Amino acid sequence: MADPKGIMVFGETIDGNLSSITTEILGCGRKLADDLKEELYCVLIGSQLGEAPKKAIAYGADKVYTVDDPLFKEYQTDAYVLAMDKLAKDASPRILLFGQTSIGRDLAPRLAFKLGTSLSMDCLELNINAATKLLEQTKPVYGGNARAIFTSETIPQMATIRQKAMSPLAPDESRKGEVIPFKADVDPSQIRTKLVETVKEQIAGIKLEDASIIISGGRGIGGPDGFKQLEELAKILKAAVGASRPPCDNKWIPDTAQVGLTGKIVTPELYIAVGISGASQHLAGCSGSKNIVAINKDPEANIFKEARFGVVGDWKQVLPAFTQKVKELISG
Amino acid sequence: MNIIVCCKQVLDPEAPPASFKIDPAGSKVVPPSNVPPVVSPFDENAVEAALKIKDKQGGKITVLSLGNNLTRDVVKKPLSMGADELILLEDAAFEDGDSWSTAYALAMAIKKIGEYDLIFCGRQAADWDSGQVGSGIAEILGIPTVTLAKKVDIVDGKAKVERVIADGYQVIEVSLPALITVSNELGEPRYATLKGIMAAAKKQPTVWKPADIGVEAAQIGAAGRKSKLLKLFQPVREGKCELVAADSPAEAGTKLAEKLRETKLI
Repeated sequence: MADPKGIMVFGETIDGNLSSITTEILGCGRKLADDLKEELYCVLIGSQLGEAPKKAIAYGADKVYTVDDPLFKEYQTDAYVLAMDKLAKDASPRILLFGQTSIGRDLAPRLAFKLGTSLSMDCLELNINAATKLLEQTKPVYGGNARAIFTSETIPQMATIRQKAMSPLAPDESRKGEVIPFKADVDPSQIRTKLVETVKEQIAGIKLEDASIIISGGRGIGGPDGFKQLEELAKILKAAVGASRPPCDNKWIPDTAQVGLTGKIVTPELYIAVGISGASQHLAGCSGSKNIVAINKDPEANIFKEARFGVVGDWKQVLPAFTQKVKELISG
Repeated sequence: MNIIVCCKQVLDPEAPPASFKIDPAGSKVVPPSNVPPVVSPFDENAVEAALKIKDKQGGKITVLSLGNNLTRDVVKKPLSMGADELILLEDAAFEDGDSWSTAYALAMAIKKIGEYDLIFCGRQAADWDSGQVGSGIAEILGIPTVTLAKKVDIVDGKAKVERVIADGYQVIEVSLPALITVSNELGEPRYATLKGIMAAAKKQPTVWKPADIGVEAAQIGAAGRKSKLLKLFQPVREGKCELVAADSPAEAGTKLAEKLRETKLI
């Protein structure tokens, strides 16, 4: 293996476009690469990558390694691990970054153990230590109650990055870069899983990730009927409806509505938390919101520590009046 | 069907946030004195996944826990839920590991157990939230993984797994033996029955030391780490919430709406 050099970003594509998390990691990777005065690589694995490699250059990559093969159309652990293992050994990056996504969560740890290196998952910040030149990785621990900074001397230094924790660069279509097709040499017989089907369970209305206003309900909502009231408010505000973990675990609302450490990470302009106590693992998913508003009957509820405005009271009595007034204000 | 479930004893993540303290050196969490530890919640989901399979087609469930001075009532909980056997990797040398040293010790213990069709782990532990040990064990053992399961069935000698993704789930078939990590979407773990608690009380866990699983002290616990913890700290919360004052909850709701309008949030 050559001397380790460069920052490598594992990119993800959606229908021939870069996913938003990929542009975010490229933004972060560009900064790290400049700090180290090294190159930024992006890896794109899939089938029919389209314009994505060009976009990766526009978003900051110097080199884009592509594996464009029908075998990689859908993510499968074994296929992607083998391809990335070969590429990491051939290109020997100093740092290897992933998004904390359905794919990154699965691929990064297995690959780290194959490469014999350490990994920090779900990082919020990455910095190069000026003296040691090592990557310092800041991530939430203890369900968001604390943060830890890790470092490692094993190469490549690996991390996954939380969605929306980093900012993309403004794309520059005139940036020059090199696209390098890479032969992964994976044989279908090496893939021990079979993807039977993918089932989409998107809840009706506006997607949580895209919403600028989110109304979320917690354990205090008490049942599926309560969520109907939140939906009514959501319709007026053109907002999405989310939830903390207990309503999902109790099947009051589909699992895909879960906001939190193990659910969705959201950063809307306005997050209205109704009957949510504010467990750290929930705050991990919504604390990036520009403004949090809390309605909770417990004045000691943790959510008030994060909130800009709050009402201490039973949501069942607060919400109808709130909804009515909102309706008046919006239509007026 | 031989099933192994890895369960970690952790500080109770449901403990009041105010009781969460870090030592002055910024290296460790100080366990709250009045809140007992628990089995990491995702690991309880993993036990539940194993029990569901045992309910359908029988089998033996062996639970593996790693640590030092483990609280017997805590680590025995999976037995009271219906697991058959408990093996503890218990020694000071196992303490303060990272994903690497932990996965290595667990994989070596699983090799010693020998026969297994399925290994279940929680998707991540409630303390360090690393989410790597399951995949690490599978890589060391050379078996396939499916992560983030919300449903697991055995069909024609294979595991059929529903894997949680951002906008739904995937159905994945995997040959056995395999390692599966389980997410909370699997549903609430069952309660321990009185009969289960009494049976668990009678069972003595098997305790293995590093030498019993053929590992050197340098490969496990703090000595076997590949990552170094530089600092542990609590993020500062602003805590500048403006509470809406009103004579009734309804009035508060109205005023809140006006407030949001004034500040152009709606």
